[in-house]
Amino acid sequence: MGISIKEIPDTSIFDLRLSRRGVRLNRMCAALCDPGNRDAFKADEETFMARFRLSEDEKALIRKRDFAGMIEHGMNIYFMLKIGSVTGNSLYRMGAQMRGESYEEFLATRNIKDAV
Amino acid sequence: MPSKIVAGIGLSHVPSVGPVVDRGRQSAPAWKPLFDAYVPVREWLARLKPDVAIVVYNDHGADFTFDKYPTFALGAAERYAIADEGFGTRPLPEVPGDAEFSIHLCEELIQAEFDLTVCQEMGVEHGFLVPMNLCFPHTASGWPLKSVPLQVNVIQHPLPTARRCYRLGQALRKAVSSYKEDLKVVVLGTGGMSHQLQGRRFGFMNEKFDQWFLDQLEADPDALASLSHHKIMEEAGAEAVELIMWLTMRGALSPKAKRVHRHYYAPMTTGMGLITFQD
Repeated sequence: MGISIKEIPDTSIFDLRLSRRGVRLNRMCAALCDPGNRDAFKADEETFMARFRLSEDEKALIRKRDFAGMIEHGMNIYFMLKIGSVTGNSLYRMGAQMRGESYEEFLATRNIKDAV
Repeated sequence: MPSKIVAGIGLSHVPSVGPVVDRGRQSAPAWKPLFDAYVPVREWLARLKPDVAIVVYNDHGADFTFDKYPTFALGAAERYAIADEGFGTRPLPEVPGDAEFSIHLCEELIQAEFDLTVCQEMGVEHGFLVPMNLCFPHTASGWPLKSVPLQVNVIQHPLPTARRCYRLGQALRKAVSSYKEDLKVVVLGTGGMSHQLQGRRFGFMNEKFDQWFLDQLEADPDALASLSHHKIMEEAGAEAVELIMWLTMRGALSPKAKRVHRHYYAPMTTGMGLITFQD
């Protein structure tokens, strides 16, 4: 047995087990580094998701823009930024959702909220 | 004269700095405190005149994916392309490399038992480019110095330990000093400081930890190298573990290197730290 890291509350630790779980999600996100693939995603999400053999659960997360769910299913945060960008969700919008807050509520918790 | 390390810089590589630079918004009130802190740093660097920057950074899924993920990857190319990390390619010139110097570093580091992945082609993104934007702004004629990118796995656990990163820095120092060309080298350790970008703890920062880390990096880096990943993540957020890359920079300096600049600014979701040392 390998040594895994102790859990931290309200925190996902992206390890090899999560990475294995999220392999399809992360491959799809990696493809979004190509502008042609971004266009293809925007034109037809369903076909794009099928191309990467996403499971029905994974497809549902993408359709719902459920960012907390994507992280739980093994999407890496930095790969999730790419799906955020292509769906019009900035890091801070995704973050507000993961905190269970509105975007405005989240901004109100920041020191200098104009540094976006 | 052999090559030598003349300076080390620890600094955050927050991606939102990229568009600020590209749109010329450095003097916007929310960004001015960060960019002002780099004015004396650039003046100091202009006096030191380094020839090469070794940039210790991590890729964020632009050029490296989890299908094959190296723990340490060193660039050994004449040039490095600007990678598209999913938001379009930034309007920046290609980064010039120094392949001969890189090959020397690979030979020495692998001989010293650091089994690197050697990359003859590598695209660089914000982890590398934001520190370059802040320290070595490009002009119409390109970047002012050559670079060697050193990519570290700080995103898919198991990660190299903080001590391993520190020792890599020490090995890097030896490798630089055995290169026969007379190069002046600066080492950049990038990433951090406190931040967490996922889970309900999104947006977590800890200035107290960050200031302590800066103190220790200067005073007792060997003790700092004993920090566990868990401790860093618990105290400073999961993504703060990038800070282990600052230890590679510190390990590459002599223990007596003198601290020159220090700054801290935490406007949104990341403690943006800056510390410089002269060797």
